[in-house]
Amino acid sequence: MINANILAAISAAIAVRAIVSLNSYSGQGKPPMYGDYEAQRHWQEITTNLEPKYWYRNTSENDLLYWGLDYPPLTAYHSYLLGNVAGKYDESFVELTKSRGVESDAHKTFMRLSVLLADVVIYLPALLVLFTVIVNQQNKKSMFVYLIAMILYPGQILIDNGHFQYNNISLGFFLLAIAAICKEKHYVGSFVYTLALNYKQMELYHAFPIFIYLLRTCFDQKSFSQKLKKFLIIATIVVSTFVVLWLPWLGSLDSTLEVVGRLFPIGRGVFEDKVSNFWCVVNVVYKIKNKISNQQMAMLCLGVTAAFVLPINVHLFFNKRKETFLLSLVSTAMTFYLFSFQVHEKSILLVAAPALCLLNSYPLETLWFLEVTVFSMFPLFVKDGLEMPFFVLLFIYHICVKDIVLKEYNYRQFKNRVMTALFSTSVYSMFIIACVSLFAPAPARYPHIWSLLISVYSFVHFFLYFCFCIWQQFVNSFTKIKAA
Amino acid sequence: MECHFWKIFALSSAVKILLIPSPHSTDFEVHRNWLAITHSLPISKWYYENTSNWTLDYPPFFAYFEWLLSYAASFVDPQMVVVTNLNYASTATIYFQRCSVIIMDLVFALGVRRSLRALKITQSSPQSFAAAMLLLFNVGLLFVDHMHFQYNGFLFGILLLSISFLLEERYLLSAFTFATLLMFKHIFLYMAPAFAVYLLKFYCLDSKCARNAIICIVKLAVVGLTPIVAAFGPFYNQIDQVFSRLFPFKRGLTHAYWAPNFWALYNTADKVAAKLLRIPSTTGPSTTSGLVQEFEPQFLPNITPRTTFVLTLLFMLPILIKLFAYTSKSESKATFLRAVVICSCSSFMFGWHVHEKALLMCLLPLCLLFVLHSTDATYAYWLSIFGYFSLFPLLHQSCVLLLRYALYLAYVAFMYGQLANLYPNERQTKLHALEKLYTVGCVLIPLYEHFISPLLHLDEKLPFLPLLLTSLYCGLAVTYFFIRYYLHALAISPSASFTSKTNFKPNTTTTKTVKAKDNSKSKLFKSKLKAQ
Repeated sequence: MINANILAAISAAIAVRAIVSLNSYSGQGKPPMYGDYEAQRHWQEITTNLEPKYWYRNTSENDLLYWGLDYPPLTAYHSYLLGNVAGKYDESFVELTKSRGVESDAHKTFMRLSVLLADVVIYLPALLVLFTVIVNQQNKKSMFVYLIAMILYPGQILIDNGHFQYNNISLGFFLLAIAAICKEKHYVGSFVYTLALNYKQMELYHAFPIFIYLLRTCFDQKSFSQKLKKFLIIATIVVSTFVVLWLPWLGSLDSTLEVVGRLFPIGRGVFEDKVSNFWCVVNVVYKIKNKISNQQMAMLCLGVTAAFVLPINVHLFFNKRKETFLLSLVSTAMTFYLFSFQVHEKSILLVAAPALCLLNSYPLETLWFLEVTVFSMFPLFVKDGLEMPFFVLLFIYHICVKDIVLKEYNYRQFKNRVMTALFSTSVYSMFIIACVSLFAPAPARYPHIWSLLISVYSFVHFFLYFCFCIWQQFVNSFTKIKAA
Repeated sequence: MECHFWKIFALSSAVKILLIPSPHSTDFEVHRNWLAITHSLPISKWYYENTSNWTLDYPPFFAYFEWLLSYAASFVDPQMVVVTNLNYASTATIYFQRCSVIIMDLVFALGVRRSLRALKITQSSPQSFAAAMLLLFNVGLLFVDHMHFQYNGFLFGILLLSISFLLEERYLLSAFTFATLLMFKHIFLYMAPAFAVYLLKFYCLDSKCARNAIICIVKLAVVGLTPIVAAFGPFYNQIDQVFSRLFPFKRGLTHAYWAPNFWALYNTADKVAAKLLRIPSTTGPSTTSGLVQEFEPQFLPNITPRTTFVLTLLFMLPILIKLFAYTSKSESKATFLRAVVICSCSSFMFGWHVHEKALLMCLLPLCLLFVLHSTDATYAYWLSIFGYFSLFPLLHQSCVLLLRYALYLAYVAFMYGQLANLYPNERQTKLHALEKLYTVGCVLIPLYEHFISPLLHLDEKLPFLPLLLTSLYCGLAVTYFFIRYYLHALAISPSASFTSKTNFKPNTTTTKTVKAKDNSKSKLFKSKLKAQ
């Protein structure tokens, strides 16, 4: 019976994703650069037609200024695989240079299906595994709630199936890694996390807590030889996975650095468009972008990020518990999002993914945060023509998770009238801001007023949730120690 | 558990709004054309207009409905209501038409709510939750109304209202609602005999006094005829033309895609026989050529509309007699619902030019029966598996293929979960091993359609084979359901009415007799076939 319900929920989640796939994608019908959809297609074109050593190199056939490959090798291999399938189906999809800006219904169906395939094969099973791991530690009665809350999170759906990206692959591997590590399967965990890291370098946001947690488990072994053995095995797994994946570019230091340079471009500036992070909000009152050089800015970002990341992870090292681990994953990722250099609005998904694991510990706060993450990407969805799915999915998520499912189990947080009222007010304000920004044109003097308002509004929420997570991590561990 | 009826409705509406961008069928243009006809032409020309292929072929109330809608339509996009603007589908038109379906579904929600109340299902019960989910998120309605495009939701809402009035013993109101429904879409005539017999028996012949009976018959006739007169009144001098549009017998025994009914099996048998006996194919159009017109079977006898009509009525008779034989009102109510299902199913099985969508008329009332009895629930589950599966050919565009399977799977899996949830300890809800095998066999058809046939390049040589397989496979399943469910409905003892659903115990002897009867019935069935 439970299995039938899980099957029904997973199928419904696939259906929702398939419905969102019917909408437009980023850069649809917008030559000459198009958008992320064209970027992914272009990578298929490059990888199927050129030798691996030319994938990251600027040549006459591979103009890096036109959506040059800037993700790690696993993304490139994935593109290679998809490109071959696409070429089998219709050669014009991946013809070198001639295929730029290919747009047809058949091609859209192919691309959308490739994302759905990743959902079905990696992301949803990862959530399912994670769900069984986390729920097994808690009460079983309410378990079904979390599955629905996890698989229907609109942020990932709108970005992957709407805007067009394959975050589901890197996030799926990452979530699988958390599940494995929570299940004490450290070797599997480190391998899967390495895959995630090699799919998208942004997974570095999660590297610290995972590294610290695994390091601490090594320290927890009984004898010195066992400690060393465990550490060496994990290190071997990580290094050998890296070596295998990077093999085509390890021939010379130059070619390796060429790839690394593509993955971490310093020249791009502290943030693009409007991001709900600290620097963007500060920029409203004090134009840091004009006052400080890019190099100085990068150092400043590094300093502030380190100032938060280090205490959080040192604390994790000395308080190795699963709950601390999950909290530190969220707060570390959030530190990177809020304070680091070169942040995209989509990077909030990297904070939202581990936050999904906190749903059963802190349902109200986490649900609130998750809804704001979706809202923070609203300007992007407007650009892509995804306003309708945005509103509807957020509505479905809110009603489904808050009103029906969570209330059913009478959570103590939901009995707290003040918090619930604040939550509702915040969500309704979000809705109103989004609607007004759609229908009331911004005044000519401040053309970005709405996206700025959305950034600031989201930033306040993110910062509060960030503080909440840190507070929970530190205070809870003290109370636990006292109780013990 | 709280029921959250309106929240479920809000969620289902949200999913329907999400479905707005999905590709629509020619029925979209059909309804746009009707908007244009009713808006720009005088009422006397509505049933004569034939600029477009898609002439008005629904009864007058539906035309009035389109006429009202067209005023809002002309406000949204004036180009939409121009008759000569064939295949006009601007974004505003799409949003307007899709939203009109979604808003009209409010009537459906009211019908569902009312019928649950009439069946005395308490709001907080798991039964109420299951029925609300199965009806409001009905995957057949999502397919047909919100993807393919039609207005079935609100018509079924009227039907459910009519059923609930009847269950509440407000007979005149029920008759009035049902007659109104017929004037919206006359296909609901399929289930009219069940209403007629029930009203005759429990309204007209309720009192033993003959004079009262006559008064009641007159009252019923007046109430029932009022909507009909209101509908056809303005067309009194062109009734023939209207009727020729409503009942186009020129269209042939089966639709382009064969509905999974008896005639699908008949046609297949004909094809196989013709192949085996090497009968040279006639030059005329064949059944699988995808055209809507008359054809002649090559081997088996030709079927006329009259034959289908007689067969349909013949197969309705036993359940109608059973319904008529009931003496207690409260006990007859569940059987009335079964009679509605069986009458629709008879018409579906043997009717002339039946569409696959017509199976919804069995599937939706079965959602109510699903929460009443374990045995009914099992049959409802069985028919749902194949009934909704047979709707797949409606959604053939490549971008909705995965979507249709995901929606279908979610619905069927939910139904299975509810079967176990509502009837946890009953053996009768379990399918037989062979039945299970047959349900799993469904997978083979998509497997063939999407993987095997393109790989073997059979899709160019035999493009219609997946359709044929679907209607054949589902046709067998629907026939099986029809026989089994018919016998179950006939065998059910009067004590097992819906008020005693909790203490309804599985009876091994009845199942045995059912099986025995099953054999004899199928023999009878075969002999009847031979007789033709």
